Amino acid sequence: MTDPILLAVLKGRLEQVADEMDATLFRSAFNPIIAEAHDASHGLYHAETGATLVQGKSGLPIFVGAMSFAVRAVIEKARRDGDLADGDVYIFNDPYDGGTHLSDFKLVRPFFREGRVFCHLASVGHWHDVGGNVPGNYNPVATESFQEGMLIPPVKLFRRGELNTDIVDILKANSRLPLSLYGDLNGQINALDLGARRLAQLLDEFGDDTVRAAMAELQRRAAMLMRANIAELPKGRYLAEDFLDNDGIDDTPLRIALDLVIEKDRLILDFSRSSPACLGPVNIARSTAIASCYVAIKHIFRDVPANAGVLEPIEFVIPETSLLSVRAPRPVGGYTETILRVIDVVFQAFAQASPERVNGCAYGTINALSLAGHRGSGQRWVMFSFFGGGHGGHPEGDGLNHGNAPISTATIPPLEILEAAYPVRFTQWALRPDSGGPGRHRGGLGAIYEIALLEQSADVFLFGERGRFAPPGVASGGPALPNVFTYETDAGPRHPPMASKMVGIRLRQGQRVRLETPGGGGYGPAREREPERVAEDVRLGYVTREAAERDYGVRLDADGRVDEAATARMRKAVAA
Amino acid sequence: MKGPRASLVVGVDVGGTFTDVFFLDEAARRFEIAKVPSTRGDQARGFIDGLKGGARLADIATVVHGTTVGTNALLERKGALTGVITTRGFRDVLEMRRRDRPTTWGLWGQFVPIVPRDLRLEVGERTLADGTVLEPVNPEEVREAARLLLAHGAEAVSIIFINAYANGANEEAALAALADVWPNPHVSVSSRILPEIREYERASTASLNAYLQPVVANYLHRLQTRLREGGFGGEVLIVQSNGGVMSVETAGRLPVRTALSGPAAGVIACGHIARAAGHPNVITCDMGGTSFDVSLIAGGESVLAAQTSIGFGMIVRTPMIEITTIGAGGGSIAWIDRGGLLQIGPESAGSDPGPVCYGLGNTRPTVTDANVVLGRINAARPIGGKLAALDVETAREAIRLHVAEPLGLGIEAAAEAVIRVANSRMAGAIRLVSIERGHNPRDFVAMPFGGGGALHTGALIKEVGLKSALVPRFPGVTSALGCVIADMRHDFVRTVNRLLDQLDVAALDDEMGALAAEGERLLGQAGVGFEGTVAGFELDMSYLGQTHTVAVPLDAAPGLTGLGLTRDGIRAAFEAAYRRAFGRLLDGVAMRVLNMRVAVTGRRPKFDLTLLAPRADASLQAAAKGSRPVFVDGAWHEARVFARLELPIGAIVQGPAVLEQPDSTIFLDPDLRGEVDRFGNFIVSRKEGP
Repeated sequence: MTDPILLAVLKGRLEQVADEMDATLFRSAFNPIIAEAHDASHGLYHAETGATLVQGKSGLPIFVGAMSFAVRAVIEKARRDGDLADGDVYIFNDPYDGGTHLSDFKLVRPFFREGRVFCHLASVGHWHDVGGNVPGNYNPVATESFQEGMLIPPVKLFRRGELNTDIVDILKANSRLPLSLYGDLNGQINALDLGARRLAQLLDEFGDDTVRAAMAELQRRAAMLMRANIAELPKGRYLAEDFLDNDGIDDTPLRIALDLVIEKDRLILDFSRSSPACLGPVNIARSTAIASCYVAIKHIFRDVPANAGVLEPIEFVIPETSLLSVRAPRPVGGYTETILRVIDVVFQAFAQASPERVNGCAYGTINALSLAGHRGSGQRWVMFSFFGGGHGGHPEGDGLNHGNAPISTATIPPLEILEAAYPVRFTQWALRPDSGGPGRHRGGLGAIYEIALLEQSADVFLFGERGRFAPPGVASGGPALPNVFTYETDAGPRHPPMASKMVGIRLRQGQRVRLETPGGGGYGPAREREPERVAEDVRLGYVTREAAERDYGVRLDADGRVDEAATARMRKAVAA
Repeated sequence: MKGPRASLVVGVDVGGTFTDVFFLDEAARRFEIAKVPSTRGDQARGFIDGLKGGARLADIATVVHGTTVGTNALLERKGALTGVITTRGFRDVLEMRRRDRPTTWGLWGQFVPIVPRDLRLEVGERTLADGTVLEPVNPEEVREAARLLLAHGAEAVSIIFINAYANGANEEAALAALADVWPNPHVSVSSRILPEIREYERASTASLNAYLQPVVANYLHRLQTRLREGGFGGEVLIVQSNGGVMSVETAGRLPVRTALSGPAAGVIACGHIARAAGHPNVITCDMGGTSFDVSLIAGGESVLAAQTSIGFGMIVRTPMIEITTIGAGGGSIAWIDRGGLLQIGPESAGSDPGPVCYGLGNTRPTVTDANVVLGRINAARPIGGKLAALDVETAREAIRLHVAEPLGLGIEAAAEAVIRVANSRMAGAIRLVSIERGHNPRDFVAMPFGGGGALHTGALIKEVGLKSALVPRFPGVTSALGCVIADMRHDFVRTVNRLLDQLDVAALDDEMGALAAEGERLLGQAGVGFEGTVAGFELDMSYLGQTHTVAVPLDAAPGLTGLGLTRDGIRAAFEAAYRRAFGRLLDGVAMRVLNMRVAVTGRRPKFDLTLLAPRADASLQAAAKGSRPVFVDGAWHEARVFARLELPIGAIVQGPAVLEQPDSTIFLDPDLRGEVDRFGNFIVSRKEGP
């Protein structure tokens, strides 16, 4: 394809198809994890390889890398069975064959033109409950995927346009929230129908060959753009490592280590020094690991597009024995925690090579908290949500207070909606002072959420991380505060023995749980922060006086003004 | 104190650069247009200058005003120092937002709330989700907080309590206590501003309202004082973001409703002009320096959005005309990314320094530069009157250096590529509001207003497949014209949050009826004559379990026995709305009513648009101004040039052609034709038919 103008036009048109599929599902989904948290994604994928051609802009970033593996799984299945027909739609949630975890249900629809597959349309969404031992499926003590939920391999949900209602019945029978599942499934079907209509219109308008050529050319240019980015980096080998608290079963830290090798026009991401596969659910599949590296890279190099070409100049080394490359039935339900740590080490490694491009680590845990019980009427309720924290300080300024995780664009439900829907009352919803990592540019603040139970009793589950290893800063910035979870018992307040993972605490009426989330890591040395800005942070309550002295070497007088002499002394003492 | 001769109605739209005034004397079948420079810092001065240029103030009966005072204060963060008094444990709701970030990719975002943390004070109080007051508010604690805010210099305050949507009693009690010590009327109470569930959206809207109160109220006070001093004895009305007008008193109390005042007036005018011309389905296109704004009118009705965000994290939740904005304006910069792809925007040269051809220091080519290079804009007579001439050569050089060479194209081909990519982005915005919402583009006409849109609408109707384009007779003063036309409107919302099966339908009927009566009462107080009033009733509904709702218009009208709502009627209305939105209904799933909405509109008299039509003695010959070369579809064409305002009714112009008028330029591609209708609108369509 030689016409660069038509290419720019088609790029916009194709992206619009994917964006519109996203929007349709968000509006019609039943469960808030899709509708509010946008834990879903849609795109167009290569007919033979499954490579990402175009992906919607508003879906969950992690799927941008993961979905091509899911589509490839369907392509291979169809090749084995040899019965692919127009109107077929596959459904599955196998995490080993398509990335992420069991909660993510993928629908793949081969899109036919003149009797041949032109490309694949796919939709993925995080369903509210897919069975398993724990409502909401974040089971922090799972040792096999069977304890995390049902596993559906790629099967035909539609045959030649005909819905197989048996499959729908099986799915519904395996969920605690069959209605929610049914609503989300319908939303995904609607999105694929719409995508197929729009793509057909586009092909009729521009011609199949033109569009096919444009897709190939966009891949080529994405690779070119990525190579241009790589060329600007200093060559060398950069090492970074970070840790997960534990796997929920065995209280031993797990290492995620990256050797980043920057060559003239390619990168090697070598995770060989990482821990081996573990017993608990923080393993991930290789496809998930690659997808998370893609997310980190796209956060650093914002101009690279969402297509497979970006990964072309990148080689991944992930040993099959690693916790970053497991197979069934190793549990993977807590994949979010592990990929956040992978992203953190990618940031830390690139920060050594090119600190002007990279931010401090974000809060680094999804904090999946659920409270579940039965109402007086006997009706079951499950309140499940992810909670936020701070973003890292960055070259241009302080980190964002209370942001969403780098792998997602999720928003948090309003507490008034939660209180209206569930028997809980929030007693605090606030920023957490001192939680941002100190730095020339301070990390953003994490949050404090405190929730009291209004019903007789409830079970509490938490799947979090960063309880023992706080989010690090970069470029000599300091770490944030770690995650702290507290729950009330008749014998007083308690913390989970596994730091941020907890199963089935029984809470009684009036008792509270309290989640204090990490901030983001700092950027640059804290003692280079202007004392006036530290004083401002103290005035606004982002930083306490004690932390101002300890972390920033800034002393304030009784009125909150900078004590210049004392500050100079303190800063000098440290420098010496 | 209307003088016996006061019969003029005047619309005034104060924009960033110009203040546009439209004078209408319908009795005398006379109108006049004035354009004066806006006076930044004190908009009232330019406003009065504009008025005095066209009439004696004593002759004016009504002034209707589209204002950007509130919009600018939000965008530039120049509102009042504002405090918040809120529930203990929740002062950071405003700063924590909904845990979002400004961009999907890149983690470098920042957010500074308009109320700093030390001015957000907490008091003991709590209401539960069902409206039960768990802890009453202590008046002395509120007074203490208020004194502290005043000591910090706060000029406005907002009271925001958790679950106040369900029961505003604690907020009312706090307001009563606050009134003892607060020295001014700049107080916003969340349950009065927006009694709707979702604490962040309510808190943001209420605090932004307080933030704007002193600014907008002072401005309107100054304006009214100067008008009165000049002998004006009529009414002043302010355009709201929903396209209706409100009294000055209401605007001072609810300034957050003016956030999109100016653009809303433009959309209202487009709707009216197009309807009169026989086109009830319109997509308005407003191309400015940095952005391209589109809005959809279907069946004569504007589409309303429930909320908008002014920049990151500043949510204004109040019904407003839905305007979709993309960063592709005349000043948007064209550049080649490192993958070799031509991109337009989002970076913009704005209007200062503006495009390269302005010669004010920008060297990177913009969309306007491409139009100049292609001969579509007359470099010798730029619109707006700010510059004497445009520098074509420098624009050519910028296109050559930044677009043509990297792409290996000639300069003209490169400029045309810039236009093509810009058009394709604009077409994307039009598809978003039309095709993506289930509308068929063939049923719609594009209507450009503002200065730049008419250069591109021809191409857009081809690219999206729209029926035609309608260029109003005076595109540059559309918003001022809209002020004269706009109806008066009051919106109300209340959260219900009940399953349809458990809903007390009679109580809902009563409450919606009472809101409608309240709206009528407010209309009656405004001192404005109406042709009639209408009330619209709507519910926000979903299936149980969904978090997004669909707007469900109810077929209801106030009558002797209430509105006549029934459970079955509501169910049927929901199913119809849901099917329109998503195609398939869900069997056996309960339905939920989240909010009720009531809108009461007082219809203001509309004037006869034939007043704007060309004079009877206009002729095609007199309008023809020779020709000039224009580059299109890869070649130079000799395009005929016309003085647009001198074209007679019924005149037909074949493309390629350029139509010039003081505030706008219309470009007709070779495969397009245009015709002047009986109102003076210029209707552009394909020569071949769609």
